[in-house]
Amino acid sequence: MDYSPPYQMRNVIPAWERDASGPRSIRGRVAVVGVGETTYYKHGQAPEPEVKLALRAILAACDDAGVDPRAIDGFASYSNDRNDPSRLAAALGIPELRFSNMQWGGGGGGGSAAVGNAAAAIAAGYADCVVVFRALAQGQFQRFGAAPPAATASGEAALTFPYGLISPAQRFAMRVMRFMHDHGIGPEAQRAIALASYHHAQSNPRAVMHGRPLTPEAYDDSRWIVEPFRLFDCCMENDGAAALILVPAERARDLRQRPAYLLGVAQGSEYRNAARGHNAPTYASASFTTVAPHLYAMAGVGPKDVSVVQSYENFTGGVLMSLIEHGFFAPEEANDFLTLDNLIAPGGRLPLNTSGGNLAECYMHGLELQIEAVRQLRGQSPNPVPGARVAMVISGPMVTPVSSMLLGTEDVL
Amino acid sequence: MSTPAYYLPAGLPQPVPEPDGLDAPYWEGTRRGELRVQRCRACRGWQWGPEWICHRCLGFDLEWTAVEPRGTIYSWERAWHPVHPALRGRGPYVVVLIELPHAGGVRMVGNLLGDPMQPVAIGAPVQAAFEPHDDATPPFTLVHWRRTA
Repeated sequence: MDYSPPYQMRNVIPAWERDASGPRSIRGRVAVVGVGETTYYKHGQAPEPEVKLALRAILAACDDAGVDPRAIDGFASYSNDRNDPSRLAAALGIPELRFSNMQWGGGGGGGSAAVGNAAAAIAAGYADCVVVFRALAQGQFQRFGAAPPAATASGEAALTFPYGLISPAQRFAMRVMRFMHDHGIGPEAQRAIALASYHHAQSNPRAVMHGRPLTPEAYDDSRWIVEPFRLFDCCMENDGAAALILVPAERARDLRQRPAYLLGVAQGSEYRNAARGHNAPTYASASFTTVAPHLYAMAGVGPKDVSVVQSYENFTGGVLMSLIEHGFFAPEEANDFLTLDNLIAPGGRLPLNTSGGNLAECYMHGLELQIEAVRQLRGQSPNPVPGARVAMVISGPMVTPVSSMLLGTEDVL
Repeated sequence: MSTPAYYLPAGLPQPVPEPDGLDAPYWEGTRRGELRVQRCRACRGWQWGPEWICHRCLGFDLEWTAVEPRGTIYSWERAWHPVHPALRGRGPYVVVLIELPHAGGVRMVGNLLGDPMQPVAIGAPVQAAFEPHDDATPPFTLVHWRRTA
């Protein structure tokens, strides 16, 4: 097998792409003007059907923006959301449906891509007001963390399920194990990421883990799920829904909230990332080594310009690799950089997951992270980073495709 | 009749070849104690997991080559939480990812036989151990790994 890596060449960004203000960039053209969510519930505790949660979140986002729900003319989601845009449009009495988009791929890897797809539709003139949404009521359907009930496994699953390699935690643990081995990273690095999310959740009344602080001792005493992940390294499973409203930049200024402008979005995966049976050539990776350079090129900013980061925690080890692949520190610096003090608002070097994220706010399949990034730029976060101008969201490490995005305030444009 | 001693309890999803037959030669090989990997007849490149086309030269003429069933540990995990009813009460078990340097560096997923609490070292040499499930319908064989000196 030839693993001579053409993927390394992908990190060379062509000249036309380095022109962030050029015609093939989303930078400054589209803004997030509304965000909304339902109450976030523990897994299985939503009192309403999933589709009703989706409708409530969309209406909440419209209300936040000051946009008439009947102005929505497009829908974008990811990870095979069960709530079909045609049904939602009929339910909401939307006069004209112009854009319906589903990002391929499972897990939370499509969260930022769905925003990017919605923005691309607006920039291209396919639609004028697109809602990005995700609704989950896992209690009403199959949950992610348990094995599906099938008696047989075929394809990729045949190579893994019979060996007890079934759940997402089990699927990703060996990537993280290899990465930590290669770079001498200790368990305290993962612990700091978990502690930061729980720390921020204590100031966020929306968070499922509000009022449930996590101490370093409780983390160390928690049971293994699959080494190197303890219980608190793993995301929750929750019920709820979340939504964001996107419009063209020129319309955004007249609405109720301070707009959060898209600076860039990138999605994709590395060379042969999906080679079956854990044969991705760049195995010890969160899958962003090719994606992140495109993101920065489009946004016209670098890691040092980023005020605050929301990084999808399926597992803390995935956050660790995501931050490295987005250039915030080198693998060899991980043990020193990843401390609680560095990761918390308002004064940390890199405030991370400032709403509590998937670990402690809600596992809304990551879309709560986009909402928090917007709130940071408006000064509405429960843990505000003073003067935040550029906010990053990283979606779904270790799946394929993944995606990430940058938002900025008007003065960044 | 005695119950065969399997590394993991019976009741986990059983492997079956894909409906389109792509990986059938692999599973047939395991029944004969052979570890088969795809190899391109045109460019002689190795390929795993299976696909209908060679990712290097884009030829469709792939053969199935039995390779020496030994390798080194590329990564590993020790699973504790029982995600499947069949695993309840089993206790921890070790999953390994094995690199086969003599077959282009392709990797295979399996379990590491022996004490589940044994120390596991990335880079350690291992040998395949075939685990036939003759009592299953249809019968199948898993490929586990065992440390060698």
